[in-house]
Amino acid sequence: MKEGKHEIRIWSVLVWLLVWQLASMRLDSDILLVSPVRVVCRLGFLMGTASFWKTIAFTLSRIAAGFFAAAAAGCALAAAASYFRKMQELLAPVMLVVKSVPVASFVILALIWFSSRNLSVLISFLMVLPVIYTNVLGGIGGVNRELLEMAQVFRIPRMRVVRYIYLPQIMPFFYSACRVSLGLCWKAGVAAEVIGIPRGSVGECLQQAKVYLDTPDLFAWTLVIVALSLAFEQLVLFLVRKAACLLGNVK
Amino acid sequence: MEIKNITKTFGGKTVLKNLDMEIPEGRITCIMAPSGAGKTTLLRILMGLEDADSGSVKGFSHKRFSAVFQEERLCEQMSAEQNVLLVTPGLDVQTIGKELERLGLGADGRQPVSELSGGMRRRVSILRALLAPYDILFLDEPFQGLDQELKMQVMAYVREKTAGKTVIVVTHDRQEALALGAGVIEL
Repeated sequence: MKEGKHEIRIWSVLVWLLVWQLASMRLDSDILLVSPVRVVCRLGFLMGTASFWKTIAFTLSRIAAGFFAAAAAGCALAAAASYFRKMQELLAPVMLVVKSVPVASFVILALIWFSSRNLSVLISFLMVLPVIYTNVLGGIGGVNRELLEMAQVFRIPRMRVVRYIYLPQIMPFFYSACRVSLGLCWKAGVAAEVIGIPRGSVGECLQQAKVYLDTPDLFAWTLVIVALSLAFEQLVLFLVRKAACLLGNVK
Repeated sequence: MEIKNITKTFGGKTVLKNLDMEIPEGRITCIMAPSGAGKTTLLRILMGLEDADSGSVKGFSHKRFSAVFQEERLCEQMSAEQNVLLVTPGLDVQTIGKELERLGLGADGRQPVSELSGGMRRRVSILRALLAPYDILFLDEPFQGLDQELKMQVMAYVREKTAGKTVIVVTHDRQEALALGAGVIEL
């Protein structure tokens, strides 16, 4: 799988940082728009505290758990739906509802039914599931029928057909689904934490920054979320590429 | 092996009608007919990929098949060697290499087949079929895409490798039937 050319140039980042700095100097109000320098200083301070890392671990572990659970469930459901037509028909309205209902509605419902502690697991799961399911189902449907017939004639065992014919053809769909849903699960997961305010979460920190009009904290935590989201995305996509290479090695 | 009264219709068009045929075991048999006469359909029925509308086949069940299809049907991301191993796992890599050399593919055995020319891919699909264990080998227009000189070499190779085996070849080229030393049945 080739990476697309989404290179971010250092010069363009510096230009926007400069625009930000000049705008904050012009407004001259930390509440309205804090400068990037203050944000970095604040972030530096936070990183020196134990609670900062505990907070990151809290949110990261839950969003990651939601993502991986949804990836596994999405693939399993897609495999089942491709095999049983009725299953596909049964799941169609469920996936439509999950895709269409606003995150806030799910958050409020979840808060009524459960505690806020694992809210971001559930919300991340719900954001990722329909994307993975739809893409993988599409990938399975698009598998080369001629290759499957070849496998049937040569009586290639089922597991080898899955590993060497199905998986390589489904992988690009799965990879694309991961790329799309990784960003979604972070945005939705953190938004859920801001609404549900689970203790010790990044969302709680954002909510507190809002209540106290602590814009440096708000920006610092936002930067942390962006960094975590990018790092997590790169890690997951790397693992998917690695798995694709390993699985494709015929023995 | 017997084919009795096979009829097959696709969307109102009868492709095979009351076809009767006896195919000898242990030798190459060429089924000849012009394009569109139902040769591939017959092969697909014999391989179990299609069901006939009526009629029966005898002597094909519980047999291991190998095939060269009209299309190469190779896994594009795999090399020639890997495509052979997919179908015949555990085959010695040196044996595959040696046979690839014989077909003029020695240097290309490790590249993904997507990077090979049409003629090379055709030879890979022939080798895959010949190296697989089989009781009956089906060849559907196996030498298309090969230039004349290469075709003669590959046909000699196929003839050597299939000596004493049951092979059913579908072709519209009488020269191929002659070169393979095949018995001919006109459809």
